[in-house]
Amino acid sequence: MTKNLNLWVIPLLPLIGAAINGLFGRRFKNAMVSAVALLFTAASFGWAAWAVWTVWPGSGIALPHIETLGTWITAGTFSAPFGFYLDQLSMIMVLVVTGVGFLIHIYSVGYMAHEGGYYRFFAYLNLFMFFMLTLVLANNYLLMFVGWEGVGLASYLLIGFFFLKDSAADAGKKAFIVNRIGDFAFLIGMFLIIRHFGSLNYDAVFGKIAAGHFTPEAGWGIFTAIALCLMFGATGKSAQVPLYVWLPDAMEGPTPVSALIHAATMVTAGIYMIARSHAIFNLAPHALQIVAIIGCITAIFAATMGLAQTDIKRVLAYSTVSQLGYMFLACGVAAYSAGIFHLMTHAFFKALLFLGAGSVIHAVGGEQDMRRMGGLRKLIPVTFWVVTIATIAIAGIPPFAGFFSKDEILGAVFHSPYGGPVIWGIGVLTAGLTSFYMFRLWFMTFFGELKLGSVELGEEAHAAKAPAQAAHGAASHSHGHADDHSHGHGGVHESPWIMLAPLVILAVLSFVGGWVGVPQFMGGHNEIEQFLAPVMQSGPAVAGEAVSDKDATTSHAGEATPENTKEELFLAGTSVAAALIGLFFAYLFYYKSPELPDRITSKMHGIYMMVLHKYYVDEGYGAIFVKPLLALSTVVLWRGVDQGVIDGLVNGAGTASQGVGNELRQMQSGNIRSYAAWVAIGGAAIVAYMIWLGVTR
Amino acid sequence: MVPLSWYLILSGILFSLGVLGFLLKRNIITIFMSIELMLNAVNLSFVAFANYWHTHPVADKSIVPLSGQVFVFFVMVVAAAEAAVGLAIIIAVFRTRETLNVDRVNLLKL
Repeated sequence: MTKNLNLWVIPLLPLIGAAINGLFGRRFKNAMVSAVALLFTAASFGWAAWAVWTVWPGSGIALPHIETLGTWITAGTFSAPFGFYLDQLSMIMVLVVTGVGFLIHIYSVGYMAHEGGYYRFFAYLNLFMFFMLTLVLANNYLLMFVGWEGVGLASYLLIGFFFLKDSAADAGKKAFIVNRIGDFAFLIGMFLIIRHFGSLNYDAVFGKIAAGHFTPEAGWGIFTAIALCLMFGATGKSAQVPLYVWLPDAMEGPTPVSALIHAATMVTAGIYMIARSHAIFNLAPHALQIVAIIGCITAIFAATMGLAQTDIKRVLAYSTVSQLGYMFLACGVAAYSAGIFHLMTHAFFKALLFLGAGSVIHAVGGEQDMRRMGGLRKLIPVTFWVVTIATIAIAGIPPFAGFFSKDEILGAVFHSPYGGPVIWGIGVLTAGLTSFYMFRLWFMTFFGELKLGSVELGEEAHAAKAPAQAAHGAASHSHGHADDHSHGHGGVHESPWIMLAPLVILAVLSFVGGWVGVPQFMGGHNEIEQFLAPVMQSGPAVAGEAVSDKDATTSHAGEATPENTKEELFLAGTSVAAALIGLFFAYLFYYKSPELPDRITSKMHGIYMMVLHKYYVDEGYGAIFVKPLLALSTVVLWRGVDQGVIDGLVNGAGTASQGVGNELRQMQSGNIRSYAAWVAIGGAAIVAYMIWLGVTR
Repeated sequence: MVPLSWYLILSGILFSLGVLGFLLKRNIITIFMSIELMLNAVNLSFVAFANYWHTHPVADKSIVPLSGQVFVFFVMVVAAAEAAVGLAIIIAVFRTRETLNVDRVNLLKL
């Protein structure tokens, strides 16, 4: 049974909103702009919810539900349609994107109320929604790539929203360029898919794999190549090692942007892409192994970098990178549903954390340095409580959402041949670190005493925080929070309800969101894994070890034997213990005896400085890639090719004709008899030629 | 009977004299006369050829007897017209520049 759901409406609605606000918003009042933006986003969410409701398993509509509007590109036998693809995976994605997106739109109405370029902000935000929905709803890689590039564009525009600020403009460029590196690999991957499948449509590609067209002998190497290209594309968009460097800088954007694009939705596009391509990855064990290792490295690496950050948004940025590492890790151990589960819960609690941080920043008048905060618990109680929920959720303490998804991933890692106890151990350590830096943020922000403007920051801190400092200095006029205070209530104040309402909704989701994935051994049914099972197991069972892995995961999901349960409980207990240890240390360092961290950092100065400077990765990339490229561009491409060859050719053509003209000009002497001589010489030459013709004939 | 080549050699000598006079003389009137000389040198070869073909008929239909004489009249008419226009220009030049030396008539504007 098929039914026309007009899926194309879902992405189109935000596009209309973006067009209206972008073209005419300058003349609208702020209320009108927000009405347009919210209306179209809400409509999109409504349509998505209706579509999901209609095709919900059991409705009798076959999944995946594919709707094709028409052909987009045809070239020889290859063709790419404008098609939309709704299955369990894209259902989750589309609901997360429109749902969280809508909440963040509401929040932005309050947060951005005093900023310049209000209409521009909402036009970009709606544009982002359009591209993100195209990305998740596309039925072929090419259309997905359109969304993929589009969200990159929207991200660039929004990071550089305060474009008068150099650091913001630079961060936007950095994000765009680093993403382009990954996109290049994604493109190569798509070319390989076209070459070997003749199509980019999901159903065609996965259908061919499912039909068993490919055997190990007949080129599984090509799957490894495709998978590695796709993976590298994903490392760009999902901020994994080695391309994660753009995400922390992306915090230059307004906070709702950080929440929507750089935490909840866009950065998960890479995870979505890998989960979508799981059939290919399942045939490429080496690629899976590499994905797992990259995810693992990213998780621990980013978590340690988060330890020493003092800018509240940067802590969250590194935390996002680290959590994305978890999702990558989940994909790497072929536990795609766990990855998507974590993607969903992370979208809730990380969006909440960012919005909460935005509310804190709003409350303290644009200050982002946690060392100047403190004691805000009493002053902004609602924000305090929602951030508390989100912190517990991300730390992985049951029964909050983060625990279930993280535990799901760690369990899968432990059992998988691509994971194993070592990677699992690193994962647990990361969980501990996550808990530590999140509670550090929590204690520093909400407990102790408010130190606003009274703390002299150390020299090194200035160096590390240079961009953020510049941000405050240069753009305090455009970043209107400072003004917020001057009109009335002087001092810290709670955000308006239009900002708090989304926070509360997200807090509820952060609390209960994990309950759809309560594992068997805790008496749940792990609904989300069963829900995603038809998508994730459509691929064939794979190579020796992977088969056993699949069996292992299905059996651990399927039947709860006593030994199994004991082991699972042990694993879960370990990660909870890690979280609690992290909490304890954060309590010790940042509440009980705040002088301890200073003593420790002064003892381990070298390590501390390395972490504070983010392992000098940016500096390293600068020295290895950026500087040589810049030198190459300046010396060879600019001075050599551009100025030498291209300008040389153009100018040469000019000088050459000028020179020839200069010579020929001599003929135009104005002397009539010399003209006559030319005529006579010409005539004589013709006569001579005629005679020569006659002679030779 | 004078052979054709003699006429042509005479014509060539006259034409060359005309060219040399055209190139070397400075007075516009003399240059003008040199032009007439070249035209008449050509006329001479025309009538010489006409006479030659008249006395040496051939089967080749492309050679029309007496067409040379017709061309001579044509050239004379054109030369007369040219003389009328040319003399008018010379008078105009003399009136504005008060000279007939072509070396001093080397600018279009005054």
